[in-house]
Amino acid sequence: MFSPDSRAELDQILKRYPDKRSAILPTLYLAQRDYGYLTPKAMQEVAELLELDPTEVNTVAAFYTLFYREPVGKFVIQVCEDLPCALCGAEKIVSHLRERLGIEVGETTADGLFTLQTVMCVAGCDRAPVMQVNLKYFEGLTPESVDKILEELRSRSPEEEK
Amino acid sequence: MAEYIILRNRDFPDIHKLDVYRENGGYEGLAAALKKKPEEVTAIVKDSGLQGRGGAAFPTGVKWGFIPKDVFPRYVVANADESEPGTFKDREIIEKNPHQLIEGIAIACYAVQANTAYIYCRGEFKYPARILEEAIQQARKAGYLGKNVMGSDFSLEIYTHLGAGAYICGEETALLESLEGKLGQPRQRPPFPAVAGLYGKPTVINNVETLANIPPILIRGAEWYRTIGTEKSPGPKIFCLSGHVNRPGNYELPLGTSLRELIYEHGGGVREDRQIKAILPAGASAPLLTAEHLDVALDYESVVAAGSMLGSASIIVMDETTDMVWLTLKTSRFFRHESCGKCTPCREGTYWLVNILERIEHGQGTREDIALLERVANQIALSRPFCLLGDFATTVVLSGLKYFREEYENHIGEKLALSFPAHPQPLVESGRTAIPPSRDLPR
Ligand SMILES: Cc1cc2nc3c(=O)[nH]c(=O)nc-3n(C[C@H](O)[C@H](O)[C@H](O)COP(=O)(O)O)c2cc1C
Ligand code: SF4
Ligand code: FES
Repeated sequence: MFSPDSRAELDQILKRYPDKRSAILPTLYLAQRDYGYLTPKAMQEVAELLELDPTEVNTVAAFYTLFYREPVGKFVIQVCEDLPCALCGAEKIVSHLRERLGIEVGETTADGLFTLQTVMCVAGCDRAPVMQVNLKYFEGLTPESVDKILEELRSRSPEEEK
Repeated sequence: MAEYIILRNRDFPDIHKLDVYRENGGYEGLAAALKKKPEEVTAIVKDSGLQGRGGAAFPTGVKWGFIPKDVFPRYVVANADESEPGTFKDREIIEKNPHQLIEGIAIACYAVQANTAYIYCRGEFKYPARILEEAIQQARKAGYLGKNVMGSDFSLEIYTHLGAGAYICGEETALLESLEGKLGQPRQRPPFPAVAGLYGKPTVINNVETLANIPPILIRGAEWYRTIGTEKSPGPKIFCLSGHVNRPGNYELPLGTSLRELIYEHGGGVREDRQIKAILPAGASAPLLTAEHLDVALDYESVVAAGSMLGSASIIVMDETTDMVWLTLKTSRFFRHESCGKCTPCREGTYWLVNILERIEHGQGTREDIALLERVANQIALSRPFCLLGDFATTVVLSGLKYFREEYENHIGEKLALSFPAHPQPLVESGRTAIPPSRDLPR
């Protein structure tokens, strides 16, 4: 179920568009926040709220990479390995993270804390290599700075991310 | 350039705050616009010669002039999808100088008499979009937005809208589909968005940087604007410089600045004083240039004359150590991942490009594979993909073969240990391109 906060936010969002359907991405974001990822039930609820066909909601969600249809960690780490970052050592950052987290790209740590993904350019190439954690930028990465960031994240409650 | 016109945050670091923006001429462009008739505003923008900064370089004033009379409501959409590899200029405007974008949107809305505008931000701009929203709220409180803008009878609301990770949504018609809550796939054109855009209504779509050019034009005039840049490409441009350079970053310079000046004077030259091997002037989407081209002027017409495109001016520099097969594979993977899947040549073609390149890169390719690679790329272009992404996908492959064919040939038969090992897991996969063909490679 959508939290009361999300319900209230949705009411505000709906006012922005002449057509409810336009609210599908913002509503999917709310669902993802409340459910953790887009479970079939979450998408069903989005469909009901927007009076859309559940299959359509499903298809739209599948089109975009920032919607997760499987469980993810509390922190989703997305390392850019597109060309400019790759020219500046992104590869090293990815292998460092794989080693430190003990997982492969696409996997989640056993404690459910981190998911590691690689992504295309996130518009931070002047400070490559770059990653986003729950969409927050971390730039000019080195193996040492990555260690500090991981340490800091472990001590942080993901609630403040939202 | 003596003074910043777009990246004014470099001169006034606090310009994201409304009072600082106002102390430095902020919203005077909007005030000037409101004193004129809407069509006069469009005429000024036309006279300035400003061309769209999102890639296609279409004259902005001309585009505004396409809005049909008597059809309401109308919409303005700011394109903040900024997803071209190597592009990071719109993000700086949004994060550091948001009011100039908002003011530009307001002027555009007045010119075409639109009362609603959306700023479509890529999903990864969740936090930059919050900065923008805060600025919108401040501007609204101060009477620059909302009902009766600056005491006039013109009213305007601006909303941000977050995408969710899909490069194709930067293409204007795919963006509109996405904003309408549908799959972000391009539409048939005509009708063009100016005639039938968002919700089928007349719609102006402009890039963030384009819109940020509008307030200074209204304040200082078209004639002043034309003193910057070249005759055919007037104005300042933000060049996003990345790759193997000492000082990567956004450089706001007059259009027509040479590649050499950008890379060596502004960008501090190539790392470790190496030689330049190749340059991508428009991210992954336009043909390669080489060290031979360093004296090319960075304006729309000169880069085309040199065999490439300026696009959104995301200039990626590669030094002599760069493996061109690896580079081509990198850009091809980008397009395979970002193909929206709507049409066959692009969807399947990008799949095969990656497949063949992987074989060559892994030292398992044959001489025929190089010819095949070229054939597949040409075939994509010849079969007229539904949108430009399909064409973009072929440009680095074909120009790579044109300038560096020997390097591809040198990879044949080599069973090299990979210098850039492929990942055991694929990139974040979306439902767009899930088409693992069961057939063998075409021979
Ligand atoms: C595949 C593709 C991706 C594009 N991505 C962007 C983008 O991220 N941002 C942008 O402003 N324009 C992008 N464009 C260009 C837009 O379609 C459109 O021309 C532009 O937003 C118009 O604004 P302008 O005239 O101010 O440049 C893209 C085009 C294509 C074909
Ligand atoms: S060319 Fe590619 S991105 Fe464009 S419509 Fe066809 S499949 Fe989609
Ligand atoms: S390539 Fe990594 S942020 Fe652009």
